[in-house]
Amino acid sequence: MIQQVENPALEIHDLTVSYDKKPVLWGIDLSVPRGSLCGIIGPNGAGKSTLIKAIMDLVDMNSGYVKLFDQQLDDVRKKVSYVPQRESVDWDFPASVLDVVLMGRYASLGLFKNPRKADRDAAMKALEMVGMDKFYKRQISQLSGGQQQRVFLARALTQNADIYFLDEPFAGVDAATEKAIFKILQNLSKEGKTIIVVHHDLQSVETYFEWVILLNLRLVASGPTKDVFNPQLLEETYGGKLTLLTEVGELVQKGEFKAREKQ
Amino acid sequence: METLIEFFSFKYPNIKYVVFGTILLSISSAVVGCFTFIKKKSLVGDVISHAVLPGICIAFMASGSKDPFLLIIGAFISGWISILVMDAITQNTKIKEDAATGLSLSVFFGIGILLMTYIQHSGNASQSGLDTFLFGKAAALVGKDLMAFSLIAVIVLITVFLFYKEFKLISFDPQFARVIGLPIKRLETILTSITVLAVVTGIQAVGVVLMAAMLITPAAAARFWTNRLSRMILLASIFGAFSGISGAYISYSAPSMPTGPWMVMILSIIALISFFFAPEKGIVIRQWRRFSIQRQLLEENLLKAFYHIGEKSGEHFSKVAVDDIQLIRNFSPAQLVKGLRKLRVNGYVKRNNGTWHLTNEGFEKGKRITRLHRLWELYLTKYLRIAPDHVHEDADTIEHVITPELEARLEKLLEYPTSDPHSSEIPK
Amino acid sequence: MDAFWIILTGSLVAVSCAILGSFLVLRKMSMVGDAISHSVLPGIVIAFFIAGSMQSVWMLVGAGILGVLTTFLIEFFHQKGKLQTDASIGVTFTWLFALGVILVTYYAGNAHIDQDCILHGEIAYVPIDLMYTSSGDPIGPKAVIILSVVLITILLFVVLFYKELFITTFDASFAQAIGISTSKWHYALMGLVSLTTVASFESVGAILVVALLIAPAASAYLITNKLSMMLLLSSAFGVLSSFFGYWLSYLLDGSIAGAMVTVSGAIFAICYTIVRLKK
Repeated sequence: MIQQVENPALEIHDLTVSYDKKPVLWGIDLSVPRGSLCGIIGPNGAGKSTLIKAIMDLVDMNSGYVKLFDQQLDDVRKKVSYVPQRESVDWDFPASVLDVVLMGRYASLGLFKNPRKADRDAAMKALEMVGMDKFYKRQISQLSGGQQQRVFLARALTQNADIYFLDEPFAGVDAATEKAIFKILQNLSKEGKTIIVVHHDLQSVETYFEWVILLNLRLVASGPTKDVFNPQLLEETYGGKLTLLTEVGELVQKGEFKAREKQ
Repeated sequence: METLIEFFSFKYPNIKYVVFGTILLSISSAVVGCFTFIKKKSLVGDVISHAVLPGICIAFMASGSKDPFLLIIGAFISGWISILVMDAITQNTKIKEDAATGLSLSVFFGIGILLMTYIQHSGNASQSGLDTFLFGKAAALVGKDLMAFSLIAVIVLITVFLFYKEFKLISFDPQFARVIGLPIKRLETILTSITVLAVVTGIQAVGVVLMAAMLITPAAAARFWTNRLSRMILLASIFGAFSGISGAYISYSAPSMPTGPWMVMILSIIALISFFFAPEKGIVIRQWRRFSIQRQLLEENLLKAFYHIGEKSGEHFSKVAVDDIQLIRNFSPAQLVKGLRKLRVNGYVKRNNGTWHLTNEGFEKGKRITRLHRLWELYLTKYLRIAPDHVHEDADTIEHVITPELEARLEKLLEYPTSDPHSSEIPK
Repeated sequence: MDAFWIILTGSLVAVSCAILGSFLVLRKMSMVGDAISHSVLPGIVIAFFIAGSMQSVWMLVGAGILGVLTTFLIEFFHQKGKLQTDASIGVTFTWLFALGVILVTYYAGNAHIDQDCILHGEIAYVPIDLMYTSSGDPIGPKAVIILSVVLITILLFVVLFYKELFITTFDASFAQAIGISTSKWHYALMGLVSLTTVASFESVGAILVVALLIAPAASAYLITNKLSMMLLLSSAFGVLSSFFGYWLSYLLDGSIAGAMVTVSGAIFAICYTIVRLKK
C-alpha cells in the first residue's frame, strides 16, 4: 500500500539506483507529507541509506527524479539538512566539538568568509539543545558514541533547515541519547519541519514515527504508521529478498547494462 | 636481429648468468607478490625495499666487506624491522595504515641515504658498488653475488611450494584459517620472511624504488586474466620471467640503457595491456560488451516495433513503412538505417521496394521480446507495487536480459498469465 | 652564510610539505602523495628537454600535469579497471618512475640531471645558484626564491580555504550535501602536492620529499587534537628537522637531505614514546 499525498515535502518519482551496475533500488515512487516524522524501515542491505544518499545527490540515479518542496535539491539546499551515519567519519580527526558543529553554518557562509559570532551563538544554541553545551571545547576523539551522535545532530540543527534526513541516528547510542534525540526530532516536527529517519529497530517504530516507508530493494509500503505497520506488510518487507529480482539484478550487472536507458 | 641471435645463443657465459639471475629473481618476486596482492598489502613490498638500505650500510660498516651474504643478513634484519615498526604504529596509535606505510619507508630510506653518503665520504676504498642497490644493476649479477641471490630465490620458491595451501588460506580468509587451527602467527612470519628475502634479492637487479613493481605489477596484471590463485601465480611468473629476459636483452643490445627500469617498463606495458584488453575483465572489452549490448537492444526494439504493428493490424507479415516504425517508437534515422541493415543481414526482416516485412525468425523473436516485456511489467506491478503507468521503461531494459530459465520461473510465479497490466495480450 | 641558506631552503621545503602532508595524512592519502612525488619525474625530464634548463616554468607545468595525471590514473584503474587501491598506486607510480629513469639515462649525456639527484637532491649547491636582478645584483639563491613563492601559495591556499579543506577532509559526504565539491578540492590539493614536490626536487630529491610530507604531520597528529595546532606543530617539526639535519650531516659528512629525514624520524620516535608512556 503506497499512499501518495498532496503538496508533499518529499516526492520521489520512479527512482532507480544501481551500484556497480547492479540495481539496488527499483522504481521507487513515493511522497511524504510536510511536517511528518517519518521512518524508513527495512532489513540490512535493503537500500535504506542508498535512498537517502540518492535524495541528497550523493549517488547517481539511473532514472527518476526527487523533489523537495516541489523544487530541485540545488534550489533548496539551504532548507535541507543531512546527518550521515556516525561511522562514516574518522572520529580521531583533530577537531573540537564546536569545530564540527560550526560546519553546519558553512553552507550559508560561502567562500572566503569565516564563522562569526552569530554563527558561534547558533552553534552553542544547538549544542544546548542536544545537551552538549558543556562539552563544546572537548576533542571529538574523546566522545562516546551517543555524544558523537548528539554532535552530529547539533551540526544539522545549526542549519535551520525545513527538512532533515538522518541516517541511522539511533544505531549504537545509549538509551538516554536515544530518548533525547527523539524528543528533539519530535519538537522539530511539531514546528512543522519534516524529519526522515533511517531506522532499524522495529520495537520503537510505532512510538516514534507517524509515517513509515517500508523498503526492501523495492518499495513495499509508504503511508501513515497505523495503516502500513502491520504484520502482513512487515512479513513482505522482511520475508527475504525477491529472488527473481535479485537474479535479474545480477544479470543486469553481468551484462553491464544501464539499469535503464536514458531516454 | 643479429644481436638477438647472438644474445640467445648465449655465446658469452656472462649473458647466460645475467639472464638466469634476472629470471630467477623476477619469478620469485612475482610469486611472493601474488600473496601480498591478495592480502591487499601490495605496498608492503615498497616499504621493505626502501628499508633494506640502512641494513646494507650497517652490515658493510660493521664488516668492511661487500660479501653478499653479510649484506643480505643486514638487509633482511632492517627489512623485518620496518614491518614491525609499521605494525607497531598502526596498532598502538591512531595513525592509519597509509601514513604508517609512508612513514616507515621514507624514514628508513632517509637513514639509509645518510649512512650511504657517510660511507662514501669517509673514503672507504671498497665502498664503490654499494649504490648499485639504489638503482640496481642486473649486469653485476655474476660470481658469488649470483650464487647468493639464486640460492635465496630458490629457497623462496621452495617455501611457497611447500606452504602453498596454508599461505593461500591465511591470505584469503585469515579468520577461517584461525578457526581450523592453523598456526597463523608462524605462517605469517614465514610469509613475511620470504617476502623480505624476495625483495632483498630483487633489489640487486632493479633497485630500491622500482622493486615494488616487481612484486605488485605481475600480480596485478595476472589478476585480470584469471580468478584462480594457482593460475595467477603461474601467469605472474611468466610475466616476470619475460620482463627479466627482455630487460637483460635491452641492456645487452644498448649497454647504456638501465636494466631495472626497462624490466619494470616491460612489466608495466604487460599490465596496461591486461588492464585494457584482458578478456572478461579488461576495460576495453567491458566497454565493447556494453556497446554490443546497445546494438542488441536496438535490434530487439526494432523487432518489437514490427511485432506491435502486426499486432494492431492482425497481419504480422505485411509490409511496413519506415514511418510506421517511427510512430511506435522514436528511433533516430541513423539508428533505423543501422538497425534495419543488421536485421536484414541476420535474416530477421526483408526489404521490398522501400518497405519492410518480418521473416518467420524475425516474427518469433519480436514475439518473444514483447512477451518478456509484458511479463516483466506484470511482475513489477504485482510484486513491486509499481503503478502500471511506470513499469514500461523498466521493462524496456529488463526484457533484454531475461534468460529462458528465468522466463519459465516468471511465468510460473505469475500463474501463466494471458494479459499484462495494460490488458494487452501476452503472446505465447 | 652557506649554512644559513641551506637551513632556510630545508625549512621552506619542510614547512610546505608539513602543511600539505597534514591534509594527506588526515585524508588517508599519504601513499598517493608518495606516488605523486615519484611520478613527477618524467614530467620534469620532458620539461627539461623542451625548455633546456632546470627550474623553469615548464618544469612546474610538466610536473604539475604528471602529478594530477597520477592521481587520475590511480582513480581510473581503481574505478574502471576494478583494481584494488594499493596495487593501483603501486603500478602507477613505478611505471611512471621507470619511464622517468629511462628518459634521464637517455638524456644523461647532455644534462646535469642524474640519478642521484632524483633520489636525494643536492641541497648543498643551493647557495651557489643565485638569482640576479635585471641590473645584475644578486637577490638570493634561486631555490630559496622559488620555494618561498611555493610556500606563500600554500599558505594563502590553506588560510583562504581553511574551512573548505577542513570540511571536505573530515566529512566528505556532508560537505557534498551542503554543496561543496569534494573532487575540486581533492584535485587542488594534489596539484599543490605536485608543485611542492617539483620545487623541492633539486634540493631534497623525490623520495625524501615523501618523508617530509608524512613524518612531521604524523608526529604532530599523535600529540595534538586540533587541526590548526597540528599544522603549526608539523611546520615546527619541519624546521627543527632542517636545523638539526644540517648539523647532523655536518657531523657525519653525509647527505643533508638524508640527515633531515633521519631527524624527522627521530622526532616521530620521540612523539610516539611520549604518547605510549602517557597511556
